[in-house]
Amino acid sequence: MNVRGLTALFTLALSSVTLAQGSTSDEIAKYRAILQEGNPAELWELRGADLWQQKRGPRQVSLQGCDLGLGEGVVKGAYARLPRYFPDADRVQDLETRLVWCMVRQQGYTESEAKRNPFGEGNEHKSDIEALTAYVASESRGAKMDVSLRHPKELEAYRLGEALFFFRAGTHDFACATCHGEDGKRIRLQELPNLTTASGAQKAYTTWPAYRVSQGELRTFEWRLYDCFRQQRFPQLVFGSDVAIALTMYLARSANGASFDAPAIKR
Amino acid sequence: MDENRRKVMQSGAGVTLLGLLAAAGWLEPARGADLGAQAWNRAAFDTHSVADAMHALGILDAKQSKDIAFVQTPEIAENGAVVPIGISSNIPKTESIAIVIDKNPNPLAAVFDVPAGTEPAISTRVKMAQTANIYAVVRADGKYYVATKEIKVTLGGCGG
Amino acid sequence: MGDPMKIRATAVGDSTEVKVLMSHEMESGQRKDAQGQTIPAWFIQVVTVTCNDKTVLSAQWGTAVSKNPFLSFKFKGGAKGDKITVTWTDSRGDTRTDVASVT
Repeated sequence: MNVRGLTALFTLALSSVTLAQGSTSDEIAKYRAILQEGNPAELWELRGADLWQQKRGPRQVSLQGCDLGLGEGVVKGAYARLPRYFPDADRVQDLETRLVWCMVRQQGYTESEAKRNPFGEGNEHKSDIEALTAYVASESRGAKMDVSLRHPKELEAYRLGEALFFFRAGTHDFACATCHGEDGKRIRLQELPNLTTASGAQKAYTTWPAYRVSQGELRTFEWRLYDCFRQQRFPQLVFGSDVAIALTMYLARSANGASFDAPAIKR
Repeated sequence: MDENRRKVMQSGAGVTLLGLLAAAGWLEPARGADLGAQAWNRAAFDTHSVADAMHALGILDAKQSKDIAFVQTPEIAENGAVVPIGISSNIPKTESIAIVIDKNPNPLAAVFDVPAGTEPAISTRVKMAQTANIYAVVRADGKYYVATKEIKVTLGGCGG
Repeated sequence: MGDPMKIRATAVGDSTEVKVLMSHEMESGQRKDAQGQTIPAWFIQVVTVTCNDKTVLSAQWGTAVSKNPFLSFKFKGGAKGDKITVTWTDSRGDTRTDVASVT
């Protein structure tokens, strides 16, 4: 067979693979759509709503006095504006660090008590932070992402997050951008979102926290970053660290304008 | 190999699924609260093959039926831990709907008893060990019917 | 007593649609823990749903029902304000009952 014939055959083979992939991703999209109903994340939202207004901690105070950025006790719409600068802490905080802040300053927990179990494991090791995050996030469902960079520390966190996104490190010399910096990448049959585009960042950020069926747990955005670090063979991402907040800032801001749609359900 | 099973193996679609005479499956009342003696069929749930599950349920014969539909059920599941299954029976006098999953360690997943007045359509989520056939088994007016659907279970990437 | 479930019961024409989300590990007994020990099976075995006092669905489940089970079905009848009661019993003998009104 001549070169032209071979090329034609090769192109045909490639396009049929693409076609197969296309219909596979359609079917996977259908699977995800069907899963949206009966999302077990609702169970975390219920528990979080309960925890929010329960009197807890050594001071036996509820979190209803916690300011998530829109005023004391205002939960509706707060998640879509986080991370943000908080004057009382004089730093940029994401939801999880803000919750820890309130648990410590208002309820009287120590920081290590509040951060003790960020990622739950089954009904016997539930994470309060995950439940509270699910609840607070659910109250932003439908809100437009609106993360500000007005304060110099917000801008600084954004810049740091952006630099970290492209920073190659670890045993495999991976950066976030290695997997998430281009269109059309995938790992096995999982398509990887391109987080450097507005639409990629929007779709990704607005669907966390999410119930992950593979774990049977609700996971937060801090978890997602922690797990990416693990898979990149990076050192462990510390919960509530400046690095976690900076990366969250970068990605949340990149999602501005999109409608927040979490807690979602994912594989 | 049992004569009946051999017939089943050789037959194509549209032929009745034959089983052996029902072993006497014993019923165990659910431990704990008194639920009006709602029993749990341990013998059926403990079986390890579709054929064994069927005959522990007392099913001698289940006819392939086009009147059993899989509704809101995907062709591919991104993760075998949660596979949505919806079954709708159009067969008059449907009394129960069972879900049997081939290649699962214990193929019998669930049995739903449908009282009069309840629509014979159920949606739930099941675990699948791997790409396999799902059997929707309906009992209507004392007779058994079955529909089959293959669902592929993929190996995901790392995230999502 | 198990964890609370979420029940949604909606009147749709002359029927009622019931959607239930239960909180349960539904441990299959196939998994092993970090030490290599098999985690014992622990799963909902029996589910009953009643409308006022009439049983509208009953089910027997095995380990293949997914963790945090979801169930959806419809029955004829049921009016706004009617009580939908869902009860499950699991392999440890634990049980949970929750009630919701038809909206």
